[in-house]
Amino acid sequence: MMQGHLCILLVVIPLFAAPIAAILPRGRLPWAAALIVTSVCFVLAGMQLWSVVQDGVVSYELGGWAPPWGIEYRIDAVNAFMALIVSGIAAVTLPYALLSAEKEIPEHLIPLFYSAFLLCFTGLLGITLTGDIFNVFVFLEISSLSSYALISLGRKRQALTSAYQYLIMGTLGATFFLIGVGLIYSQTGTLNMVDLAARLPQVSSLNTIHTGFAFIITGIALKLALFPLHLWLPNAYTYAPSVITLFLSATATKVAVYVMLRILFSVFPSDFVSTTPTGDLFLLSGIAGIISASVYAIYQVDVKRLLAYSSVAQIGYIALGIGFASFTSLTATLVHLFNHALMKGALFMAIGSIIYRVGKCHMDSIHGLGRQMPWTFGAIIVGGFSLIGVPGTAGFISKWYLVLTAIEQDSWISVVVILVGSLLAAVYIGKLIEALYFKPAVDSNPAVNEVPFSMLAPTWILVLANIYFGLNTELTVGVAEHAIRVLGVTAE
Amino acid sequence: MMDFIIGHYNYWVSIFLMMVGFYAVISRGNLVKKIIGMNVFQVSVFLLYISISTVEQGSAPIFTEGVELYSNPLPHVLILTAIVVGVATTALGLALVVRIKEAYGTIEEDEIHELDHTL
Repeated sequence: MMQGHLCILLVVIPLFAAPIAAILPRGRLPWAAALIVTSVCFVLAGMQLWSVVQDGVVSYELGGWAPPWGIEYRIDAVNAFMALIVSGIAAVTLPYALLSAEKEIPEHLIPLFYSAFLLCFTGLLGITLTGDIFNVFVFLEISSLSSYALISLGRKRQALTSAYQYLIMGTLGATFFLIGVGLIYSQTGTLNMVDLAARLPQVSSLNTIHTGFAFIITGIALKLALFPLHLWLPNAYTYAPSVITLFLSATATKVAVYVMLRILFSVFPSDFVSTTPTGDLFLLSGIAGIISASVYAIYQVDVKRLLAYSSVAQIGYIALGIGFASFTSLTATLVHLFNHALMKGALFMAIGSIIYRVGKCHMDSIHGLGRQMPWTFGAIIVGGFSLIGVPGTAGFISKWYLVLTAIEQDSWISVVVILVGSLLAAVYIGKLIEALYFKPAVDSNPAVNEVPFSMLAPTWILVLANIYFGLNTELTVGVAEHAIRVLGVTAE
Repeated sequence: MMDFIIGHYNYWVSIFLMMVGFYAVISRGNLVKKIIGMNVFQVSVFLLYISISTVEQGSAPIFTEGVELYSNPLPHVLILTAIVVGVATTALGLALVVRIKEAYGTIEEDEIHELDHTL
């Protein structure tokens, strides 16, 4: 009975919980509500992936309207995998959020904070589950609007201006997406993704379709902060509350990557990327993004901003994978998407712990903290190694696959760029470790203790996941290969 | 040539409005003006949707006796949703501008930039 309704429950439960969290009394009740909802969703997403793997694609007709007229939720291995990542990260974030949010967010805003968090969660899950391209736009806006509000809750006043900047750029991106959808609808007469995939090959030589395609890709590229459309990201990540930085960096850009993959390879004919200049543009943007964002990261003095630039660089690796558009490269993209969620989640949690103790994360104010907070420091080391791509960590696996693809495609420049990018990552992570451990403690800073267990445990869950998925690659690579096949790209 | 220009007049209107809005977003330093520009930009897309849903000789998509041919109602429904999204975005944007004014005492982008960097 419930099996058939899993996908809709995943959207409806957090949607209804959001207003409830808003009217709950101040204190820890809103947090408890959000914790229960995200944990339930995590279990449901797990069950959903299981049932999809067992019984194949699930199609859910909203309101009983048959597709392609009604909105269809179509769950295959890719959707189910993405929904599991999003709800998994949310379920790990929530235990951590309690203390961090109490410290960083004014008490009277806490219920609204969790309400907006749940709305953002709804939107992200909705994007992953829906099979209707206009519905993607609606959920994209639900998640974006709530994330603008969440970012503006940061303690500094720059949080307001960065939320505003993100709002303008995000809305332009979403409107671009809307234009593209309209142009494609005008030629195909359908919004259902499966139906579009069936009808697009007949009209794919029309200029209207190419224009619509360009608008859609630009719109999503803005959302996923693809270089050079990344300008909103460093500010937003720097000034947002720590919990939000970690949640958005681990989920929002990843969901945008999923939409990109779905549209490039599943909705449009899968050779569309290689027959148009799209692939080359992705390669170019990936190469430029990796190098320039990594260099920028080295010169940052705010640790959150440093990691934000590193995120832009990591998106560059993902763009490289998309640009090659081969079976191996897309597998690498999907694996990197998952691994990057793990490593950035762990790193931003550790930085959030430092902010919890000292209230800031400027390079000069964290001197010597690594010796006082050994567990948090350990998380930064493992997370950082994973970011660099040291063997034995998750980051190594995805970079390994990317290098393999680049060699396979004879793109030596990409091989060099990936390796140089890793070296640059070693420089900025090294800078961070040096400040944390080797510099003498600042005299004005009072000695601090390790953060409470409720913050350490989620951090270390992600850290251990980094190591586990660095050693056991069967699970991630297997699921990713299966997912890429579902998207319609096969190995030659 | 003239037929092409006149026959596509709905597109020219949309493109013109789109560029007006886009230009306002990029060039204005006043945060409220940016939001106005964004609204013009969004509305141009709404008009594009509505205009491509027209069927020649078709009536408005309201069921009445004696009418056989209707325009496509689906884009209208989509745009209704998009308008709601646009209203929510504008409301949130203006709320942010109010908070920015409280925090900085100005809503001019360059002055805000200066205040952030003199600290």
